[in-house]
Amino acid sequence: MQLNQRNNILGALTAATCTLLGAPAVSQEAQSVEEPWKFDTAILYYGESERVTAVEGVFSATKDFGNEHIFNGKVTIDGLTGASATGAVPQPTAQTFTRPSGKDEYDIAATEIPLDDTFRDTRVQLNGQWTQPAWQDYRVSGGLHVSKEYDYLSMAVNGALAKDFNQRNTTVSLGLSYAFDSIDPEGGRPVAFASMPLKRDFASEQQYQDAFDATRLTGSDDKNTLDLLLGVTQVINRRTIMQLNYGVSAVDGYLTDPFKMLSVVNTQGLTQALVYENRPDNRTRHNVFWQTKYAMDSGVADISYRFTTDDWDIDSHTLDSRLRYNLSPNTYIQPHFRYYQQSAADFYQPYLMASDGLPQFASADYRVGEMTAFTLGVKYGVLLDQGKELAFRLEYYQQDPKNPGFDAPGVLQDLDLYPSVKAVMAQVSYRF
Amino acid sequence: MKRKPVIVICLALSLSACASLGVKPWERDLLAKDEMALSADPVDLALDDHIYFSKEAASGGRAFAGGGCGCN
Repeated sequence: MQLNQRNNILGALTAATCTLLGAPAVSQEAQSVEEPWKFDTAILYYGESERVTAVEGVFSATKDFGNEHIFNGKVTIDGLTGASATGAVPQPTAQTFTRPSGKDEYDIAATEIPLDDTFRDTRVQLNGQWTQPAWQDYRVSGGLHVSKEYDYLSMAVNGALAKDFNQRNTTVSLGLSYAFDSIDPEGGRPVAFASMPLKRDFASEQQYQDAFDATRLTGSDDKNTLDLLLGVTQVINRRTIMQLNYGVSAVDGYLTDPFKMLSVVNTQGLTQALVYENRPDNRTRHNVFWQTKYAMDSGVADISYRFTTDDWDIDSHTLDSRLRYNLSPNTYIQPHFRYYQQSAADFYQPYLMASDGLPQFASADYRVGEMTAFTLGVKYGVLLDQGKELAFRLEYYQQDPKNPGFDAPGVLQDLDLYPSVKAVMAQVSYRF
Repeated sequence: MKRKPVIVICLALSLSACASLGVKPWERDLLAKDEMALSADPVDLALDDHIYFSKEAASGGRAFAGGGCGCN
């Protein structure tokens, strides 16, 4: 009896461990017959007020060649235009900036947050993934990813191995991904903390061009990303499935944003110079992701939480929830709520003080600063015959950057250094 | 009194024992539905991931975090 009890406790502890790790579990028995192609298509509009506008189209094709030998191919195309925050602070008077190409200038009105409105890019992304069973209770998967835009190329390869236990109620998986990214930005990469030259400060065009060229590095730069993902999926009961993932991601290479800068201000808060940012050339991040799905009689509840921490001192918490409610046998509505919070990178500074001298690393990009964000959305779907589905999604996304504890000098106290970013997303999807 | 939380934890663990977790193959009717897949609507998830990847400092979790885009 004593032994049995011990076994029970051991079993219980094993169970607790099982639920604490995760990866996708197969919920259907193997089909030996070849199935027809299935297509998922979507078009998404993303629009920020006064900033970036993007349109993204997706065409995804999946085929089961029988016995769970599954291929998925996906093409994504997006176009982006609009304005992006440069990192410079607003001023009580108008400001002039040199464009990243060095060929032109733009003005920002007094008290306005500086945005560079020249962004225009088209990106094409291709993905291919093959998954199949191997040996007894194992599955293997391998994939390729290529993404190309005007000044950026990303290529990645991934592989994963999953094993089912306990009548396929528990799945343990291990995945690896390696990505190589190359960047060759318009106008070249800026020299770290080089001061932005303005044409009006030079007597001739040639003198200006020489000064601008001195702020630039020649050629492209790159970065390497290695990801490891360990997961456990556990079927809890007839209605509940749970997943827990642990991931580690190591990036090495050019991590600076070549389009971002910092204002160097005096004790009155007035800009003395504008310098290009500089970030560390490596970053290691850990993340834990937990998800639970629960099948109700009238729909599905989906809730997930993610924690990430990295050696840039950025910690983040993300809570994501979707509640699918079936309005009728062939229509559903799905409200969505997401909350996100991150702390600032240790090198984040909204501006530099002229009296302090230059640090080793600094960025005023609000995306590595402290912020909270939320998304509120709703999706409405119609199930058509033969597995076809038409769906509409509308979401509101708001980012609220925060001051992580800087005492603004002089005139900066009366200016909005941390403006909110508000965006709307609208999507139409069709599955056939 | 000090032992109470320990007993409660042990009870909770016993209730979730591996043997009692999970379902028989014929009890997968609900779990087999498309909308119960952990990554249901993968196109929506990929579009969202791309947006948040370019607007926030964290990424990944559900899937791999790295690589991607210039993302201004």
